[in-house]
Amino acid sequence: MANIKDSKATSMGLHQEALKGRTQQVFFNPEESENFYYYGAYDVDFNQRTEIDAMDLSCRELNEKMHSLMKEGYGTIVVKNPQGKHSLGVGILNKLNLIFEGSLGYFGVGSIDGPVVRITGRVGWSCAENMMAGKVVIEKNAGSCFGAAIRGGDLICKGSVGARTGIDMKGGTIVIGGDAGAFTGFMMQRGRIIILGDVGENLGDSMYDGTIFVLGSIKSLGSDAIEAELTDLDKKWLKRKLEVAEIGSNIDLSKITKVVAGKKLWNYDALEPTERKGAI
Amino acid sequence: MCGIAGLIHKGKTVKIGYELQNMLQALKHRGPDSTGFALYGEGHGNDYIMRFKVGENVKEGSSAVNEDKSVYDARKKRVDAHLKELGAEVINEEQITPYSFKYIMKYDGDLMEFSKTIESVEMVEILSIGKHLELVKDIGDAKVVSKQYSLDQIKGTHGIGHTRMATESGVDIRSAHPFWGYPFSDVSVVHNGQLTNYWNNRRRLERTGMRFMSECDSELIAVYLAQKMRSGASLEEGMRDSLTELDGVFTYLVATQDSLGMAKDTMAAKPMVLYESDDLVALGSEEIAIRTLLPQEIDTYDPYDGEVKVWQI
Repeated sequence: MANIKDSKATSMGLHQEALKGRTQQVFFNPEESENFYYYGAYDVDFNQRTEIDAMDLSCRELNEKMHSLMKEGYGTIVVKNPQGKHSLGVGILNKLNLIFEGSLGYFGVGSIDGPVVRITGRVGWSCAENMMAGKVVIEKNAGSCFGAAIRGGDLICKGSVGARTGIDMKGGTIVIGGDAGAFTGFMMQRGRIIILGDVGENLGDSMYDGTIFVLGSIKSLGSDAIEAELTDLDKKWLKRKLEVAEIGSNIDLSKITKVVAGKKLWNYDALEPTERKGAI
Repeated sequence: MCGIAGLIHKGKTVKIGYELQNMLQALKHRGPDSTGFALYGEGHGNDYIMRFKVGENVKEGSSAVNEDKSVYDARKKRVDAHLKELGAEVINEEQITPYSFKYIMKYDGDLMEFSKTIESVEMVEILSIGKHLELVKDIGDAKVVSKQYSLDQIKGTHGIGHTRMATESGVDIRSAHPFWGYPFSDVSVVHNGQLTNYWNNRRRLERTGMRFMSECDSELIAVYLAQKMRSGASLEEGMRDSLTELDGVFTYLVATQDSLGMAKDTMAAKPMVLYESDDLVALGSEEIAIRTLLPQEIDTYDPYDGEVKVWQI
């Protein structure tokens, strides 16, 4: 069994259990109680810039190459010719300027925590799934399940997105410049979604909490999703967020419809996302 | 999971078999069991092209029963005899594999009666009849099937294809896609998804005289659309009706002599990426399929839930 010494986690009442089997793998050094860096996170210098041509690289080769470059301290990485390949740029847990010159396939930039990513093309299904922090900007369209289960950060698509955007999201902000498909915000638990175009059927279906803002038309609201009053505080926040998203600078914020959970289905309540992040 | 792909060139003939082969090979990981092509070629004037099989591919991985080649030969003789009885004139015949044939023939009778007669021979299945359609499906990936049937040489305007991961029926040719829209010439369908009211619809359609050759739920879409057209609906009307009458999660492609269509269920649960320009429309379960045609940066998007689209050549 692993010998768990006093650490920040144990002082929080976590990781008290006797570990065995696969759980013996130690990711954090318990001797360094204040050092709470992720395994695989690197200190990088944004002024160190490099380019990778992904044309003849597999997904695994490209991701490994990016990790080795971050290990060397490169803080700005430009990926050329991503060619719609799947699972590129996943699991980046540190600050980084990452630019994809082209389009990504499915599961692009998933499980990231910190990088600023710009994608000049489009992305396939499940882009930025489980994103914890950082900023992702997609210049064109995105597929379905955009920002599924994100917990933090800003996820921006300047074009239109498919169905189930923000499904199961637990924090963060998703901004869509164009239209969104059916079941947008399906079962979302926290966080905010802004849609500047129209949205499909069943918006916010079975949402536990969180807020959805829609400028265009709403085909239908989902179960337990209700309209709410747009406050001045909301407008100030929207103005600030749209500036971050680099879109919608000229829109009339008073025309936005605000949608929240009716909370008739289930009263979701748990740790705040930041507390949750610390507990993981 | 399965992968589907389709493309249509407007006003241009290309090596359609080669292009579709590359698209399907890029989707191999979505369905390694079998691959199928429905290619719309230049045709042979007013003559029909009939692709049919008299047995199954029994190579490793197949769920079909091994049969002696003499059985295939006997079935083929019976098919030839029936063709004579029906008044069909075979202009050219080609044996591609021990169990698979391509006939060019003249025939001006009813295709439903024709099909019923030919398929009365045990294990014989007409894969397609059409003036332009050539439907080929077999076990293996796109390159294997394309090489086996020399598909990369076929020129045409449009086509649809499928890479299959067998889930609810066997690994064999009869369960592979595309499915011919019996009894209409030049109609084919490929599907990604699951249909949950398959048996109810099958029972209803069989009562109207339609035939099913497999127990694959995807075949229902081809038969369903054929029945819709048989009762006077246009292809697009039939596709729109399918969104409410077929239950489940699905994205499917359908092709006819001069058009290519797609439909996505109301949950939008199955993927489809679409590229559209003035002279080319290309669709695939994943963008990497389209990238085999267009490696440069392009604008693509996902069609929405409940969306039906049809393009003409």
